Amino acid sequence: MAVFGRGLVTLALITAAAVGIALGMVFLYAPLDADQGFVQKIFYLHVPLALVALAGFVAAGVMGALHLRSGDSAWDLRSYVAIHLSTILGVGVLVTGAIWARASWGHWWVWSEPTLVAFLIVFLLYAVYPMLRFSIEDPGRQGRYASVFAVAAGAFVPLNFAIVRSAESLTHPQVFSTTGSGMPGEMLATFLVSMVAMALLYATLWKLELTAKHASDQLRRLRRRAERRAADPLVPRPGGGASAGSSRAGAPTLSGAAYAAPRGGD
Amino acid sequence: MTRAALAILRKDLLVERRTRESVPAMALFSVTVLVLFHFALDRDSLDGALASGVLWVTLLLAAVLGVGRLFASEREEGGMDGILLAPIDRTAVWVAKALALLAYLVVVEVVAVPVFAVLLLGPDLMPALPGLVATLVLADVGLAAVGALVAALAAESRARELVATLLFLPLVVPAAVAATAATEPLFAGAQTADGTGRWLIFLAAYALLFVLLSVGVFDYLLED
Repeated sequence: MAVFGRGLVTLALITAAAVGIALGMVFLYAPLDADQGFVQKIFYLHVPLALVALAGFVAAGVMGALHLRSGDSAWDLRSYVAIHLSTILGVGVLVTGAIWARASWGHWWVWSEPTLVAFLIVFLLYAVYPMLRFSIEDPGRQGRYASVFAVAAGAFVPLNFAIVRSAESLTHPQVFSTTGSGMPGEMLATFLVSMVAMALLYATLWKLELTAKHASDQLRRLRRRAERRAADPLVPRPGGGASAGSSRAGAPTLSGAAYAAPRGGD
Repeated sequence: MTRAALAILRKDLLVERRTRESVPAMALFSVTVLVLFHFALDRDSLDGALASGVLWVTLLLAAVLGVGRLFASEREEGGMDGILLAPIDRTAVWVAKALALLAYLVVVEVVAVPVFAVLLLGPDLMPALPGLVATLVLADVGLAAVGALVAALAAESRARELVATLLFLPLVVPAAVAATAATEPLFAGAQTADGTGRWLIFLAAYALLFVLLSVGVFDYLLED
């Protein structure tokens, strides 16, 4: 059984340090943009958010493929949590993108910015994932179908960006390329540190949610087992009267041997 | 696999010919949407970008109806059990369903495009026809590939039609972008259709990607 919680505290501490350094660099070290001024600083939040969310979607596709190949449901859980987090980050991307567009172009939404439009399409697609996943009842099938979705959607992400980008470049000139070579060194350094901090933050949240989901899963399983045990008088209890089970040491108690709770009965 | 796929396809087309469930509904729906567009836009004739957009939105919405019904007979009459019991490659099911959807789309377009030309299109259809047919065929292959995959994905969920629709529409946005862009100069009356060829290549690449993707993952959907 996979252990998800290992190293979480260390990772969280490193993340906190990285986020702190990134914030310090954004506000104290990076120079003010010549024509956008202070608003341009949202760039250090918006672009890392977007790149990390997209990388999370693609990684979820890879994890889905691993689940389909290996049949190990831990990969399905990883893929699910990655998509869940990336979707949440996606809301942040759309909101910060809208704020930035409003500040620098005067409109909340700009259709001629292909990256934003492509991101919206990807977001709309992934918003269906929970709907698909939780409308399938059988757990094995649920994981398999969700993984097929993750693979197909993960392959769709780069295609979508390529086509929306080229659609715009045919009609509109590329007005906007901040991430290009025209960025001063301090800005680039700040951006790279923000990028690392965001990636670490994503990894920490991913690990945290994995651990929590896995723990609540296990808790549910144990609780169900305890209920079954309480309902069946012939099953031996850890507390006492264990000899009663000798008459039918068969199928239902088989798992009872593995369940050696350190604190005894509940 | 070819024989199995053809057998399932023949079954689907036979069921469709006898029950007339999907194609007439799709064709009727597309005509109704065109009428709606006339009133919603309050225009008697369209050209250029608007015409191409109206045509493609209509066709995509009609395709949604077909996608929602694609696995109806398997689900309601227990046909899937029979297919799963047969010793055939599961991908044959996807091939058959995609081909069936492709056939439905072609029939719907044979009805909807002339109706569109009569009711709404400003410029003459005839000079645009070769380019339009090429765009329609390439886009249909992509739509059929995506549609069959999405229909199978949604077939096991409780809210089938809803999930199928919501999955299908974002996935076909790239196809819609390329198809409308390829059709736009044809409806603008321009003879120099620069860029159309490039968009056709995009449509072909889109179709190819989803064919490969579906063949790669479809096995896992019917595994029971």
